[in-house]
Amino acid sequence: MADLTAKTPCAGLLPLSIGTLTLTEVDPGHMTAVAPLKGQTSALSEALKTAHGMALPAPNRATGKDGARTIWFGHAHSLLIGPAPDPSLAQYAALTDQSDAWAVVRLEGPGAADVLARLTPLDLRAPQFKRGHTARTDLMHMMASITRTGPQAFQIMVFRSMAHTLVHDLKTAIEAVTARAG
Amino acid sequence: MRIICPHCGARDRREFTYQGDAVALERPAPDAGGAAWDDYLHNRENPAGVTRDLWYHEQGCGAWLVVTRNTVTHAVLTTDLAATVREGLA
Ligand SMILES: [Zn+2]
Repeated sequence: MADLTAKTPCAGLLPLSIGTLTLTEVDPGHMTAVAPLKGQTSALSEALKTAHGMALPAPNRATGKDGARTIWFGHAHSLLIGPAPDPSLAQYAALTDQSDAWAVVRLEGPGAADVLARLTPLDLRAPQFKRGHTARTDLMHMMASITRTGPQAFQIMVFRSMAHTLVHDLKTAIEAVTARAG
Repeated sequence: MRIICPHCGARDRREFTYQGDAVALERPAPDAGGAAWDDYLHNRENPAGVTRDLWYHEQGCGAWLVVTRNTVTHAVLTTDLAATVREGLA
């Protein structure tokens, strides 16, 4: 058996810091798609509260905090990030392991929303897109998940295979926003 | 052109993929007969006016939608989840 070395999606690409903005890779831990079985959404939310301390998020919302978070991830499913899913969830939801399938990065600093404005058609400024808000949208033609995790911080996810493109596009936009500010 | 996704809200057209007439949700019974199946498979209206189509929110939530729009004015009139529309037909 070959001796394999685990690498994160953005290994060798991050962190980077330009002006007042930073882009870092997040080690998400486990990632599990949680799709409620028909009619079991409320029961699943209760089980999630009991097991992991957070409710199932409504569409376009995230619950929990750094280390254990559930984000709405699209039609009829959410993504549990951090802990391994408690076995009790399985009676109310289809659980699919997504660990290692997504690149997860954190963009933080003044002007973070301006950086994303160059890459996605959504208005992600604070009055529109508050802490705990999440969206599935287009980020430079990549299917992305964007969540506001702080006043000037976003978690951004794309398929792992697109990690290099994500970092390139974010870096280019950060440089442009920083140049305009200077 | 913007489409209002029932989950995601108003989104740019670039996030969606067009599939075709929403008649795809009304598949005839296996024994419905040749005429019904001919209509279902091949015969489409091409209205100058209101039409109902299936769209996929590919660069968003991944839901299939029934979008009712006007081909003359380009107005998007209503959008519903295809799953909800289908349940209504059952
Ligand atoms: Zn949507």
